[in-house]
Amino acid sequence: MASASLVAESDKEIQGRSLSQIAWRRLRKDKVALAGGFFIVFLIVVAIFAPLITHITGGPPNEYHSDLVDPALGPYGTFGGISWQHPMGVEPITGRDIFSRVLYGARISLLIALLATAVSVIIGTVVGITSGFFGGWVDAILSRIMDMFLAFPVLVFAIALAGVFPEKAFGLSGTPLKLTLLIFVIGFFSWPYIGRIVRGQTISLREREYVEAARSLGAKRPYILRTEILPNLMAPILVYATLIIPTNILFEAALSFLGVGLPPPTATWGGMLSDAVIYYTLPHFMFWPGLAIFATVMAFNLFGDGLRDAFDPRSGR
Amino acid sequence: MTTPSTETTAPRHAADEEPLLKVEGLVKHFPIGGGFLSKSTSAVQAVDGVDFEVRKGETFSIVGESGCGKSTTARLVTRLLEPTSGRVTFDGTDISHLSDAKMRPMRRDIQMIFQDPYSSLNPRHTVGKIVGAPFKLQGVDPEGGRRKAVQELLKTVGLNPEHYNRYPHEFSGGQRQRIGIARTLALKPKLIVADEPVSALDVSIQAQVVNLLEDLQEELDLTYVMIAHDLSVVRHVSDRVAVMYLGKIVEIGERDDLYDRPRHPYTVAMLSAVPVPDTKRRENRERIRLVGDVPSPINPPPACRFHTRCWKAQEICRTEEPPLLQITSGPAVTGPGHTVACHFPVEPGELAEKT
Ligand SMILES: Nc1ncnc2c1ncn2[C@@H]1O[C@H](COP(=O)(O)OP(=O)(O)O)[C@@H](O)[C@H]1O
Ligand code: SF4
Ligand SMILES: [Mg+2]
Repeated sequence: MASASLVAESDKEIQGRSLSQIAWRRLRKDKVALAGGFFIVFLIVVAIFAPLITHITGGPPNEYHSDLVDPALGPYGTFGGISWQHPMGVEPITGRDIFSRVLYGARISLLIALLATAVSVIIGTVVGITSGFFGGWVDAILSRIMDMFLAFPVLVFAIALAGVFPEKAFGLSGTPLKLTLLIFVIGFFSWPYIGRIVRGQTISLREREYVEAARSLGAKRPYILRTEILPNLMAPILVYATLIIPTNILFEAALSFLGVGLPPPTATWGGMLSDAVIYYTLPHFMFWPGLAIFATVMAFNLFGDGLRDAFDPRSGR
Repeated sequence: MTTPSTETTAPRHAADEEPLLKVEGLVKHFPIGGGFLSKSTSAVQAVDGVDFEVRKGETFSIVGESGCGKSTTARLVTRLLEPTSGRVTFDGTDISHLSDAKMRPMRRDIQMIFQDPYSSLNPRHTVGKIVGAPFKLQGVDPEGGRRKAVQELLKTVGLNPEHYNRYPHEFSGGQRQRIGIARTLALKPKLIVADEPVSALDVSIQAQVVNLLEDLQEELDLTYVMIAHDLSVVRHVSDRVAVMYLGKIVEIGERDDLYDRPRHPYTVAMLSAVPVPDTKRRENRERIRLVGDVPSPINPPPACRFHTRCWKAQEICRTEEPPLLQITSGPAVTGPGHTVACHFPVEPGELAEKT
């Protein structure tokens, strides 16, 4: 029989293949997701080596090059003054190198988005698991809290907070304080997305018969959480973390655009867009930070979608 | 077999022997609609007053339509659920309300096989980890190490012991059910509750798994509570069979008694839905079709719960609940312990006469 020979053949390969290994194989075949992944890696490398790269090209992000700009008409040359030294041109008035500012902006965007995501994953996972696993009134209260956070006018809150927050707090001041504040504000308002997903997954996992089997063997709650439930939550957490990174990038850009992000002269994508608004006659000035945001958000979304499909091929499409 | 007319002699077991499992007046209601601040007003009466005994070494089957409370009964007996009321006595110990800590050592002796081989094995664990979990959780160190013990168990259930490091998704439904069975055997239990162990499997595989369970019983001196949703699956493995309807047991009997001389109208109806292999008998047996749906366990019919679908129902059936009584009279040759809850039990020959 064909099935018998199949069994005999596969006997040789005794080491099993885990679900993660299978997901990884699927992901490697997903060209779109891979392209997203490569762009993310590229961006991270470029952000890390920004000082080195800009040393070769147009210099630090806050260096003025007034010699390259006509005070009334904007940068000399074509497309915002593109040259080998300034591959994306220079800013009107100040003549700061746009390429350098986009690169340094990537550092800020990625740093804030990744750390804020870490904050929201930690809070969301803890709250989601607690809510889903214990159920009852614990779940009722935590679910209401999550609803409340999701309904909260975050932008208004962030603007108000920026206005009243002291110059010094937690032993920090200036840019480090602002950075910490941004990370926590963004993380604190995006955790309910993770929380809801984790809660739903936990509720469905809690009902699985293998959890009952563990209980029928005398397993205690910590064992069930750690050994039976948590390993099954890793994939969804990874997927949804990847998918809220772009949201957080947009959030940070929006805050910087509105002037409550990191203060000037720090280069941020949102801040650059905001500066560019008054120069609407010079669209290239707006183009580069806009493209950076667009490409980064797109890359994370494509990679996240691919990751989700790889872990659960039935979902989507 | 001993003479069937004497009530006191059980055919296989000494009557005075203490049953391994004794269930008395077992009730489980699940409150519904109760929210955060509102109190629940009604309940699903999943199991509503169930009595039975299981003797050492026998296979006691519980059969009934989906939703009649079989799984709930199984989860009460294995103390995955705590009963609303009633008592479960295992090996002389009342376990109905034991705390988790007190229950833990008892769990070595009571194991459960689950219905769904796709949900009963954690997809992130290897077979070795799954089958070895009982040792870890109960702090047991088998001779020769856990790995060797697990491989022995895999061999016992007919799996390749070298598949120790494989994952559940690499196996078929039947093989996965075998993995589940290996896990229940690890601690050498006395009682195994098998909740529809083969309903999720292909018909061609079902017999293999049932036969495995039967062989294991002989080898390992096991007692089974076997659950099924139709009478045919458990026929040849059962010693005694209980039929459940809407949270209650309506009939219990020795296997041959129950299949050959069913007394409760519901049992008769269930049996007539089963294809009869013997053509002679098929001619004599009228096909009875149940009309209507199973009523909701939230608001079950009063008195005899079967009266809404019973072709023999009379006024008394709607007002007075028939107790589960031993059948003593009538021309039927019944074995000991054939009990039925019905005001008008079906007389043998009754159906043949009607045609
Ligand atoms: N945890 C629960 N909460 C509420 N209702 C339940 C629960 N478990 C089972 N039930 C209900 O109890 C009844 C009996 O269920 P079950 O014991 O699973 O039946 P069976 O195994 O015979 O199909 C069904 O109506 C079911 O919906
Ligand atoms: S008690 Fe009445 S309704 Fe119930 S099964 Fe017997 S005859 Fe039918
Ligand atoms: Mg069931």
